Amino acid sequence: MGLKAISRDGQPVQTSFLRSMWAVVWKDTTAEFRSRELLSAMLVFSLLVVLIFNFALELNARERQEVTAGVIWVTIAFAGTLGLNRSMAVEKDGNCLDGLLLAPVDRAAIYFGKVISNLLFMLIVMVIILPIYSILYNQNLFVPGLLGTIVLGIIGYVVSGTLLASMSVQTRTRDVLLPILHLPVALPVVIAAVRASAYFLQGQPMDLIWPSINLLIGYNVIFTAAAYMLFDFVVQE
Amino acid sequence: MQSKPVALKVLDGVTVSLMAVSVYLVLVFAPMEAVMGNVQRVFYYHVAAGWVGMIGFLFAVFAAVMYLWKGDRKWDVMELAGIEVGLIFSFINIVTGSIWARPIWNTWWTWDPRLVTATIMELVYIAYLMLRQGIDDPERRARFGAIYAIVGFLSVPLSFFSIRIWRTIHPVVIGSGDAGAEGSFDMTADMRTVFFFCLITFTFLAVDLLWHRVRLGFLADKVEQLKMQLSS
Repeated sequence: MGLKAISRDGQPVQTSFLRSMWAVVWKDTTAEFRSRELLSAMLVFSLLVVLIFNFALELNARERQEVTAGVIWVTIAFAGTLGLNRSMAVEKDGNCLDGLLLAPVDRAAIYFGKVISNLLFMLIVMVIILPIYSILYNQNLFVPGLLGTIVLGIIGYVVSGTLLASMSVQTRTRDVLLPILHLPVALPVVIAAVRASAYFLQGQPMDLIWPSINLLIGYNVIFTAAAYMLFDFVVQE
Repeated sequence: MQSKPVALKVLDGVTVSLMAVSVYLVLVFAPMEAVMGNVQRVFYYHVAAGWVGMIGFLFAVFAAVMYLWKGDRKWDVMELAGIEVGLIFSFINIVTGSIWARPIWNTWWTWDPRLVTATIMELVYIAYLMLRQGIDDPERRARFGAIYAIVGFLSVPLSFFSIRIWRTIHPVVIGSGDAGAEGSFDMTADMRTVFFFCLITFTFLAVDLLWHRVRLGFLADKVEQLKMQLSS
């Protein structure tokens, strides 16, 4: 698909931005649905985090209500780190990153392709984890606002995380380094998302929630723009 | 090896004298604050250290942008210098603040937006140093360092605003403060003199330290080059 179309007529044509972006997404999802390495690791890890929180905090029914937003976001942040690391390490290991960069496409397309596939994987994990959490803790999480917050927050997390992961895999300490680089940078996402999620679960009025949502949107816009400009420098060798 | 430039020697002398005068002004000349007592004197260095921290980080981000733009190694040396100076002075800022907060807020630490933001800034730039440590190739180290310095700099104000949505108790002495601020006070004319004197002194200190650190960076580069020449 996608990239094959250029070589068929032998013309060195630049593929369009969207086509090359989708080619990266298609490559990542196909590889993932064959191996299921990343998804299964993130899923099992998320379940373990939820389980450990249960025992670490000795939750009873009422306390559980209060910490749900926090537990969900810790799960997202940690499982996300795992996924981001893996998705970039795969590219680095087989020198696939060099291959990708040799392709005559806009490099930002590669970045956004990786962002979309990482986003997809994290959303799949959440689609599975949230119902399990609901059942295990007997709490309804299907509040539209909460789900919207989770999607917004994950976008911000992945946008900055993909950029930093593409740097951290090229260092000596790789896997260890990503959370150290990423968590302080992703902190605004976590703070705003936890607050908005908690308010949605408590059924607070919207004018209390909007500032957090606006902050998430602002973060996403700023970091998408920054990553778009900076990714070229990450891969320029 | 080139000897220390005369201008730097002069700057060293001026900075040391200014520091000596500022110690006298802060400990003796400045009037005692009526409510808080002597502990309020920490304020002069507390704000000045935070100021130098900001100068260091702003300088570093400027250098980072210049490095990505021009690709000249000298900007990388300056960026690292700015971050090291910024890190040390932000830390002094946090510690002096904590010393003041113990009697005034009755706690060493509170999760106030400014305090958390200062801590996050420290963590971002410690992460920056760890990133640099993990990369052997000097060109890549400089490039990744510059990218991370910019990314970190973008996220710090966002952290501040995200916590600011809650209320703050940190006093704002210059400009209008929050109604909930605790430990706020109005400066007398003498206090203001001491305060601005300290700001100017610390600005000299910042420039002096940055200069020394940049010079050290260039010398380290030179040593590296000489080693390469010897081994080849």
